[in-house]
Amino acid sequence: MSKEYLKEVLKKISICRNFELNVFNAVKKNNIKFPVYLSAGQESISASLATIIKKKKIKPLIFAQHRCHSTYLSFGGNIRKLIYELLGSKKGCAYGMGGSASIQSREINMFGHDGHMGTQAPIAVGACFQSKKPTIVFLGDASAEEDYVLASLGWASTKKLPILFIVEDNNLSILTEKKVRRNWDIHSVAKSFKMKAFNISDNPLEIKKKSKYFFREPILLNINTNRLFWHSGAGIDSDKTFDRYKSLRKIFGAQGNTIHNKAKEKIDILWKKMLERQ
Amino acid sequence: MEKNVRETIKEIIRRHLKLKQGKVFGQCLTAVGWVGGTLPEMYEKDGMVEVSMADVAGGGFAVGAALMNSRPIYVIRYQGFNWYNAPMIVNYACKSKEIWKKPCPVFVRSIAMEGGIGPVAGSSHHSLYYRMPGVKICSPMTPKEYKSIYKKFMREDDVFYVSEHRGSYNNKKELKNVLVKKPDIVLFAISITRFEAIKALNILIKQNIKISLHHILWIKPLKIESKFIKNLKESKYGGLILDDDYENGIAKSIANELNIKSGKPIYTLGLKEKSAGFYPTKDNLPPNKNEIIKKINKIINEKK
Ligand SMILES: Cc1ncc(C[n+]2csc(CCOP(=O)(O)OP(=O)(O)O)c2C)c(N)n1
Ligand SMILES: [Mg+2]
Repeated sequence: MSKEYLKEVLKKISICRNFELNVFNAVKKNNIKFPVYLSAGQESISASLATIIKKKKIKPLIFAQHRCHSTYLSFGGNIRKLIYELLGSKKGCAYGMGGSASIQSREINMFGHDGHMGTQAPIAVGACFQSKKPTIVFLGDASAEEDYVLASLGWASTKKLPILFIVEDNNLSILTEKKVRRNWDIHSVAKSFKMKAFNISDNPLEIKKKSKYFFREPILLNINTNRLFWHSGAGIDSDKTFDRYKSLRKIFGAQGNTIHNKAKEKIDILWKKMLERQ
Repeated sequence: MEKNVRETIKEIIRRHLKLKQGKVFGQCLTAVGWVGGTLPEMYEKDGMVEVSMADVAGGGFAVGAALMNSRPIYVIRYQGFNWYNAPMIVNYACKSKEIWKKPCPVFVRSIAMEGGIGPVAGSSHHSLYYRMPGVKICSPMTPKEYKSIYKKFMREDDVFYVSEHRGSYNNKKELKNVLVKKPDIVLFAISITRFEAIKALNILIKQNIKISLHHILWIKPLKIESKFIKNLKESKYGGLILDDDYENGIAKSIANELNIKSGKPIYTLGLKEKSAGFYPTKDNLPPNKNEIIKKINKIINEKK
């Protein structure tokens, strides 16, 4: 049972990872000239959530922030439209206006982000309050510090909304570490707002364990993860960073490689074609 | 019986909640006073939603509700609180249609008052929103005007910043433009200054000064009757914009626009360039009839 789940998650991650590697190359080759925020290293969060939620047959409202390619892809956003968007085309998912950070998808109920980190929290809370629909809002460990995010936790808790706050905690605000910025934890803060809150790793099994609470009441998961590439653009801060994808692939051995290669082939070809067509 | 502005707003809100299943968001709505008597006595079950006292987030809650196609009315009890409430309204709701083709219409009821309330929140702050794209700004001071702007909001899909003034709530009368041939000066009045402009005009007539008066309901996009541009062109001394906000904002922007259109000098009169204190002599109030008359006399005397 959990093997099936892990395989689904792995498949999703492999698509996201290969996508991000193509974006990385496109930036390096100057085919993309604006800031991109690569989610490589952090994919298992969205991949796990999307897999869990599909199983539950729920179609949530999704509010993400700048580092959101994996969220878009995991929940089923159209790949071509995202490539078009990154190439600045009108056919893009945000009509060529959204770049990398402000993408959206009507099909999967994913709303665009305005670039001010953390604004997605109050907006998601308002949307959830109005519609009472299951809602997921993605935050970074830094945007979680915004006063309006904290206020959003408070009101979501007061109104007992079916909302899931996901903090993708890569320990970094650009390059400033959490310990430099604060001496508190967002999961403890959420608890003092009388919400259920947990501090877990980005292991898909850990995420799944908490899914019994999803959308019954407001909850917050602070999920510790790792960013493989630069905050913005194509570069590597350290080659010693733990990579969840690699460790998951190992579990599946040869099958893991097959999953990876299949996704790689599909996505490499797609990128190549679309870049040539430009 | 004829309704005043207060009763008109209250009725509009009652219908918005009852018939359109809309919502009103704001702070301290259901407490004593019901926002100057402009809200019907309804509660969260009816759609009147008390948000927490977190102003910045509150603006975001209203924006999120608007994304769900609910056309929320967001009440900001003092316009100065917009310094906190505005961020997500101007940066998200106002841009959403352009960037994502996803309209996000919020009806911002932003309320001005002044006199003895100190430096914090008084007067109008519509200039704060004015410089941003994707917002429509109006300042209704009469029952008919209020009804018309609400209807327009429900027909369209934009963010409306409705710059109200408590001083208008008792008003039942419609305010008419005054067009005199070859005037000395044409007045363009915004918000609460419209009432003082009428008083000033009546006094100036007796001094044989010829004044036309154009009431500005629509600030953005700016709506000025074309015959008043012609009138401005044939005026002796140009125009004067009156505002309940600081002059370095909407007033000077409109002055520039009218100057280009008419070739005439356009002057401005608004709040003074200082903070308001609580004590009457330290206050910062919008131009009253005497100040308007003084300014007009000064313009005329300087040119003579
Ligand atoms: C309101 C606001 N302040 C500052 C910034 C500049 N900024 C952009 S991304 C970023 C760090 C975000 O960190 P986090 O939320 O942890 O997300 P991550 O980049 O780590 O995924 C900062 C400070 C911003 N975009 N918006
Ligand atoms: Mg971070």
